[in-house]
Amino acid sequence: MILRLVWENIRFRPMRTLLSVLLIGVPVMLILTLVGVSHGFMDDSKRRAEGVGADIFVWPPGRSFSNGAGAAPMPEGSVQFLIRQPHVTQATGVVTALAGKMFWDSITGIDYPAFKRMSGGFVFVEGADGDVFRQPGEVVVDTTFAEEQKVHRGGKVKLLNRYWTVAAVVESGKLSHAFVNKPELQEINDARGHVSQVYLKLDSPANLATSLDALKHVPELEDYGIYSTKQVVDMTSPDSVPAVGVFVRVIIGIGVFTGLIVVSLSMYMAVLQRTREIGILKSLGATKTFVMSLILWEAAVMGLGGTMVGIALSFASKAVLGKFLAASMPQAIVVDWWPIVFGIALGSALLGALYPGMLAVRQDPIEALAYE
Amino acid sequence: MSSSSVSDPGAIIRVRELRKVYNTGKVSVEALRGVNLDVPKGEFLSIVGPSGSGKSTLFHIVGGLTPPTSGEVVVGGVDVGKVNDAKRTELRRTSVSFVFQKFNLLPNLTARDNIRTALYIAGRRMDHFESELRNILELLGIEGRLEQRPNEMSGGEQQRVAIARALATGPAILLADEPTGNLDSANSLAVLNLLRDLNQRLGQTILMITHNTEAAAFGHRTVHMRDGRIVENQ
Repeated sequence: MILRLVWENIRFRPMRTLLSVLLIGVPVMLILTLVGVSHGFMDDSKRRAEGVGADIFVWPPGRSFSNGAGAAPMPEGSVQFLIRQPHVTQATGVVTALAGKMFWDSITGIDYPAFKRMSGGFVFVEGADGDVFRQPGEVVVDTTFAEEQKVHRGGKVKLLNRYWTVAAVVESGKLSHAFVNKPELQEINDARGHVSQVYLKLDSPANLATSLDALKHVPELEDYGIYSTKQVVDMTSPDSVPAVGVFVRVIIGIGVFTGLIVVSLSMYMAVLQRTREIGILKSLGATKTFVMSLILWEAAVMGLGGTMVGIALSFASKAVLGKFLAASMPQAIVVDWWPIVFGIALGSALLGALYPGMLAVRQDPIEALAYE
Repeated sequence: MSSSSVSDPGAIIRVRELRKVYNTGKVSVEALRGVNLDVPKGEFLSIVGPSGSGKSTLFHIVGGLTPPTSGEVVVGGVDVGKVNDAKRTELRRTSVSFVFQKFNLLPNLTARDNIRTALYIAGRRMDHFESELRNILELLGIEGRLEQRPNEMSGGEQQRVAIARALATGPAILLADEPTGNLDSANSLAVLNLLRDLNQRLGQTILMITHNTEAAAFGHRTVHMRDGRIVENQ
C-alpha cells in the first residue's frame, strides 16, 4: 500500500517528478560518460597496442603509459642494436608527436615497410598499399579519425600547424589514429636520428620470458622500460592514470552533491505541497515511521528513475561523442558502473530526503490539516 | 446550565476539568477553561458554539490530535493527557475516526484507495474490504463511486466517502467537525440523516461539532460552548 501511495503521489505531480528525475539523471549521465570515456579511451589504446603485432615494447627512461608521448629521446641506432639481441627477429622504432592538447591526441611517424612487416599491414578503406607515403606531406588516417575530422582520401587535414594530404583511410586498431612518414615527423619534431619507442618481434612467443629477462640485463638498456605487450595492455587501465582516477572521483562528488541538493529541494517542495495530506494521514493514525517511509520511498523511486534516465542519457552522450569526437573521446558503455551509479543516486536521494522527511514527521497534525 | 459534572460509569468519553492554553509567542490563549463532559457509548452528541468557543479544541483533544494542558480526558479507556504522542497516534488508528468539514480525502487517490489507506494504517485486512464494508457502502450509497477521485465527485459524495473511510476501521467514536459546513442544504440533510442512521443502526458513538442548531438537533443531546466552557447541556 505504501508503494501504491508513493506511485500515486509521483503520478499526481508528473512535472515535478519529471524534473526531479531529470535533474538526478544528469549527474548520473555525467559520471557514466566520464567513466565511459576513460574506459573507451583505454580500450581503444589496448586494441591499438595489440594491433602493432609486437611481442616487446621498449620505452626510453622515464616514459610511462600516460606521459612522454611527444618526446623522442632514443637514438635510432638502438633499433639496430635491439635487432641483434637473441630471439629478436624484427625491430621498428616510431616517433610520436602531440597533435592536440591532450596526451592521447598524437600522430605517429612510422617506417612503413618495417611497421607493415610487424603488424601485417593496414586494412585499406580508401586508397591502397601503394598510396602510402609516396610524397612528402602525406598522412594515413584510420576510420575513427576520418569520421571525426570528416576527411577522405585526397582531403587535407591540419596537424602540427601544417596541412597534410590524406593518402589513405585505413581500418582502426593499429598503433595510432594518424600516421606520417617517420623522417618527416623527426624533422618537424627536431628529433633527427631519434625515436620515441621501439617495438620488437621475437622468433617465437615461447621465448618471451627469456628475452624480456635478457633485455633487462643488457647494460646499454639500463633504466629503459622493457615490457611485453600483455604488460602494456594491463597498464592501460583508468586506474593506471592517476589524473583520470581523481577526475572521476571529482565528478562523482559533484554528482552526489547535485543529486543530494536536487532531491532535497524536490522533496522539500513535495512535503510543503502535501502538508495537508500529511495532516490527513496523521489524523488517520499514521505513525512517524509511516510518514517517513513514504518520503524515503518516493526519494528512492526518484533515485531509480534518475539512474535509468542517466543510463539512457549516457547512450545519447556516446552517440554524440561518437559522431563528433570518436578519435579523441571514444566512449564505452560500462555496465559494471550501473549498480554503482544506482547506489550513488539512491544514496544521495535518500540523504536528500531525510531533512524534508523529518519536517513531515514533526508536522503538527492540526496545523497541517488547516494548511491551504 | 453548568458543565456536566455527574460521572457516568458507562461513558466512552470522560472529560474532567479540561484546560488548554495555546502559547503563541508572548501571548497565551486559554481555549478551554475547565470543561467537564461525559459521553455514553452509542450517543450522538452535538456540540454547538460560536467561533472561538473552544469546540474545535475539545474535538482535537478528544481525537488525540493535541494533548490537554491540564485535566483528565479519557477516551475509550485511554487518558490522552497522560500518554505520549505515539499512544495518541494509536488512539487515532484504533478508536477514533474523523470526518472533516473539508472532507480531507487524499486528492490523488480514488475513493477505494482512500478507504484502503485508512484500513492499511489501522493494520486491517484490505483484500475483501468491499464485502466486509458492504453495509456501510450501501448505506452511504457510494458503491458505484469507488473508482472516482475526489475531484470527480460532488461535495456530498466526497463527504460520504470520508464517512465510509472513517467507519471502515470500526472506530469506537466518530468525531465529525462541521460535516455539513461545505454542503448545500440537500446534501447536508442527507449527511445528517446518514449520521443518525449510522448511530441508530450500528450504535456508532458520534460527536458532532456544528454552528447550526438545526443540524445539532439530529443528535440525542446538544452541548453549547462559549469562551472555553460548556454553558448549556440539553
